Amino acid sequence: MLNERYLPVIATLVVFILLYGYGMVEYKGFRDTLVFTNLLTDNAFLIVTAVGMSFVIISGGIDLSVGSMIAFVGVLLAYLITGLGIHPVYAAIIALLTATFFGMMMGVIIAYFEIQPFIVTLAGLFLFRGLAYMINLNSVPIDHELLVILSEIYVPLPGRGGLTFIAMAMLALLVIGVVVAKRTRFGLNVYAVGGDVQSAALMGVPVKSTLVRIYALSGLYSGAAGITFAIYTGSAYPLAAVGVELDAIAAVVIGGTLLTGGVGFVFGAFLGALIQGIIQTLISFDGTLNSWWTKVAIGALLLMFILMQKAIVHFTRRYSGKNPASSEEPAMQKVESTQA
Amino acid sequence: MTDVNQPPLLSIEHINKRFPGVRALNDVSLTFHSGEVHALLGENGAGKSTLIKVLTGIYAKDSGDITLEGRKVHIKNSQDAQNSGIRTVYQEINLIPTMTVAENLTLLDQPRRFGMIRWRSAHSQAREMLARVGLDIDPNSLLVSHSIAVQQMVAIARALGSKARLLILDEPTASLDSDEIARLFGLMRQLKAQGMAIIFVTHFLDQVYAISDTISVLRNGSHVGTFKTRALSQTELVGHMLGKDLDMLQHEQRDITETEEKPVVLSLSQVGKTGMLKPVDLNLRQGEIVGLAGLLGSGRTELCELAYGAARSDQGSKTWLGQSLPINTPKQAIEQGMAYCPEDRKHRGIIAELSVRENLILALQSSRGWWSRIPMAEQQAVVSEFIERLSIKTSDMEKPIGELSGGNQQKVILARWLVTNPKLLILDEPTRGIDVGAHHDILNIIRELCEEGMSLLVASSEVEEIVAFAHRVVVLRDRGKVSEIVGNQISQKSIIQAIAQ
Amino acid sequence: MRLKRSMRWEARTLAPIISLFLLIVGTALVVPGFLRLSIVDGHIYGSLIDILHRSTPTALIALGMAVVIGTKGIDLSVGAIIAICGAVTAVLTASTELHPLIVLGCAVLAGMVCGLWNGTLVAVFGIQPIVATLILMVAGRGIAQMITGGQIVTFHSDFINAIGNGFFMGLPARVVLAAVIIAITVLVLRKTALGMFLEAVGGNSEASRLVGIDSKLLILMVYVFSGFCAALAGVIIAADIRGADANNAGLWLELDAILAVVIAGASLSGGRIYLGLTIVGALIIQTLTTAILTSGLPAQYNLIVKASIILLVLLLQSRVTQNFIKTRVQAFRRSSDAQ
Repeated sequence: MLNERYLPVIATLVVFILLYGYGMVEYKGFRDTLVFTNLLTDNAFLIVTAVGMSFVIISGGIDLSVGSMIAFVGVLLAYLITGLGIHPVYAAIIALLTATFFGMMMGVIIAYFEIQPFIVTLAGLFLFRGLAYMINLNSVPIDHELLVILSEIYVPLPGRGGLTFIAMAMLALLVIGVVVAKRTRFGLNVYAVGGDVQSAALMGVPVKSTLVRIYALSGLYSGAAGITFAIYTGSAYPLAAVGVELDAIAAVVIGGTLLTGGVGFVFGAFLGALIQGIIQTLISFDGTLNSWWTKVAIGALLLMFILMQKAIVHFTRRYSGKNPASSEEPAMQKVESTQA
Repeated sequence: MTDVNQPPLLSIEHINKRFPGVRALNDVSLTFHSGEVHALLGENGAGKSTLIKVLTGIYAKDSGDITLEGRKVHIKNSQDAQNSGIRTVYQEINLIPTMTVAENLTLLDQPRRFGMIRWRSAHSQAREMLARVGLDIDPNSLLVSHSIAVQQMVAIARALGSKARLLILDEPTASLDSDEIARLFGLMRQLKAQGMAIIFVTHFLDQVYAISDTISVLRNGSHVGTFKTRALSQTELVGHMLGKDLDMLQHEQRDITETEEKPVVLSLSQVGKTGMLKPVDLNLRQGEIVGLAGLLGSGRTELCELAYGAARSDQGSKTWLGQSLPINTPKQAIEQGMAYCPEDRKHRGIIAELSVRENLILALQSSRGWWSRIPMAEQQAVVSEFIERLSIKTSDMEKPIGELSGGNQQKVILARWLVTNPKLLILDEPTRGIDVGAHHDILNIIRELCEEGMSLLVASSEVEEIVAFAHRVVVLRDRGKVSEIVGNQISQKSIIQAIAQ
Repeated sequence: MRLKRSMRWEARTLAPIISLFLLIVGTALVVPGFLRLSIVDGHIYGSLIDILHRSTPTALIALGMAVVIGTKGIDLSVGAIIAICGAVTAVLTASTELHPLIVLGCAVLAGMVCGLWNGTLVAVFGIQPIVATLILMVAGRGIAQMITGGQIVTFHSDFINAIGNGFFMGLPARVVLAAVIIAITVLVLRKTALGMFLEAVGGNSEASRLVGIDSKLLILMVYVFSGFCAALAGVIIAADIRGADANNAGLWLELDAILAVVIAGASLSGGRIYLGLTIVGALIIQTLTTAILTSGLPAQYNLIVKASIILLVLLLQSRVTQNFIKTRVQAFRRSSDAQ
């Protein structure tokens, strides 16, 4: 039941296992379950963001606004809970709805005004960061006992590790993401739009409404990531999560999703984010290496995966009827007359 | 077989469709019957695509009626067409290459329970659909892992779906080999026997005769006629497609002198490329116009591409002015004094955002290199000269070329090459899609250039044109050269007969 | 003919210039003394000079970005290149005895190598520009930290500091430097055929190939140029703060640069390159920032204003809106003809 679609994600899994195995062999402390559960907890907000980003990238788009959205949602939560005294549950619902609405609006602009996602979500990046500043300029604690409880409860595992609430929430959101991508018509339409948007339209896929829903979903997921981040840090800061959009995009690409769209797995984003986390953990275990190696290593992994994907695309497209994007030969199909 | 007395499944009456400056469909009326393979033929710009796009709801017709089983239908989008049972398979396979066969077949129609897709029953649904077209492949395999032929069959399987009544096959055989075509025809016969109406668009005449019951010919947006396939000879058919009545054609008096003794400029020896063009021999002499005749898809464009080096040939060798030279890129060709106006003006000729002046000067500037910019005064002088000489209609030379009419764009592209003073000019369909005045101008320019000693290789679907100016005609068919007609032998009749053979 | 040409471009070219003018006038009305220039010790001071001074890094990067976007590309890595080149400048000045000009040369070379890397991925490997430059965008700040050893390296060099804050003939030296680079670029693009070739490749790469233009080499050069501009901006920023901050130097500047190009009216899908207007765009961005800061509005409005401007420009530029307006205008004409 395997086909070449799975190659990149298998490669990611292999890289993850190798890195984890290396850590287990080199460092005794690495063998404890604590390392793994910390990995889940520390990277929960990134994984949640990356799951939403997966849908966007599979559809052939990009969402640069996610980092700002996380900060905005955090500051909004703090304002609602601490400032207005709203119960955290209602505050979270309001925040999620707001994030989804903003995502949807970006989707509307992308789909109906036919403007590149890159530049629209870039405007979103500025806008949400600015909105966060409008609400609050400083780092503020979010005081509510529910948040304290949520950040403290965990399900103990063998060893010293334990699944925290945010790790479990993240896993739930991951499962939902995987199910939506693989088991709903919307999910399949996302793949179709990313695979070949003209064909998808001719086959009857409602391209525009699918795009709107994709960006709304990404807004929802980055909103959820914002809440996760708020619980994780217990505070809100308008400068939080700067550059998370890059980490999320890197996670998705390392997870085997093609930036050109159409190919990829939501689960891959989980692995991609974990690989970034594990590189950080290894560097901190090493002690002699510096933190900047993380960025360089992630850049190198990105390059490796992008080149690998290029090779796979090159190989598979040889058999397809469509010309590869960078063909030296001109398209020989004739366009009938100049009418079109 | 077709029973003409039976009411038609689909009839279209007095369909008109205009685009700015073009009358794409001009009062076209046709009928299609169940259990009939109806071939739709015509050259580029005849209106086949437009007609199909009107039937499938991609274009809205300006006027006219579409009647399906006696009831008027309004097809406003592809969903309407699908619901009416009109299904289309295009030459460019319109499936998602990155998805599996099953995902492609069941897209938007997956069996679900509680909103969740049930992949197991989706796969069996896909298998059933594949069985209908006689395919036995793993539904879980990626679409791109199969050959084009199989992908085409999958596209047909999807198109058939549950309630297809009329299947439109738009050039389905363009990239299939003979075994694959036989397989496709087998399927078409089977569907026909089940009562499906099939509209078959192709430019391969052999295939038309092998499979179709009825032939309708379009030309310049008008319906030329509908014929029983068995009662129409190939020569007559080609005559209809090209708009020539063979009995009326006389041997025109030609006053074109022989060019045998002139030196050979470009010589192609067994030049070809796998999958593109079978090896071809061709000699082009100084001051000679060689016409390339053949139907759409016969290899006209491909021969121009290979001669110029726009595509790299993988067989044969080229000789330029007696020297064996590797001419494999446009740059090398330009250095030797070649020039090429491609057929697809919009995508391969003009640079729409740039001005008339910039478009016109580009090839000369490119040959001089980026450092030695042609001074503005010189550019303007050259451009004004050519605007006047080719009577290019533009309000000023700084107007973006995209805003000009097709004919004037074509003249600018022609001028782009004339300023480089080439020894050999290759023109692919130089008169396509342009108005009558510009058409006439361009033919005159071609003759003048030849008299000045330039060699020209001109591909055209207008046989009349070729007869009017060519010293020699190379006839192509099925991506290969079939014959060469020289001097006084050249006539519309002889060319059409060579194409139809 | 010349007259008609200038008339045609009037509306399009004038929009950014008029916006800048209105912005300056508007701010001058709100902020007294905004237009005042004073000469102290032979140096000119004032808010307007301050805007020029602060906008030099953005203007330089936008210059490179305009050329890259003209070829249907984009360069996301310029912020990271700024960090790398700032780090090279700081480390070489602080820890070696090299002549400042050699240090400068090394920094610029580093930027051009980064550009070469991007250009190779785009032109040779055929990777989409967004994806190709993303790699350096992610890894670049790590490389910069590697060079600085994770510290904020401070340095002192009269020569290099003068690039950041010195004066040349009464004007800020960095403004003069940027103006010279911009002038040379404009000259090279307009007085050689390079500008036309780049616009041709961006407008229709297949048609350009058929007339014999070597698009791969051009695209490679364009990214090297963008790296060069980013390197200069990196040196200026490092010289300004007399140190290299690998994490924050040039942060989000790529976005400002893209914004400047978009304000200039260029389409992100290639075609025309508007260098002068791009610089106007960079000035608009800086004037806005300065106006917001000096008018007493909270600084946080800056981002929201920027975002709103991007959205407004995009929506106005979009084909859908243009078509809508066109059909409306036609309908209006028809109805008025009928009357």
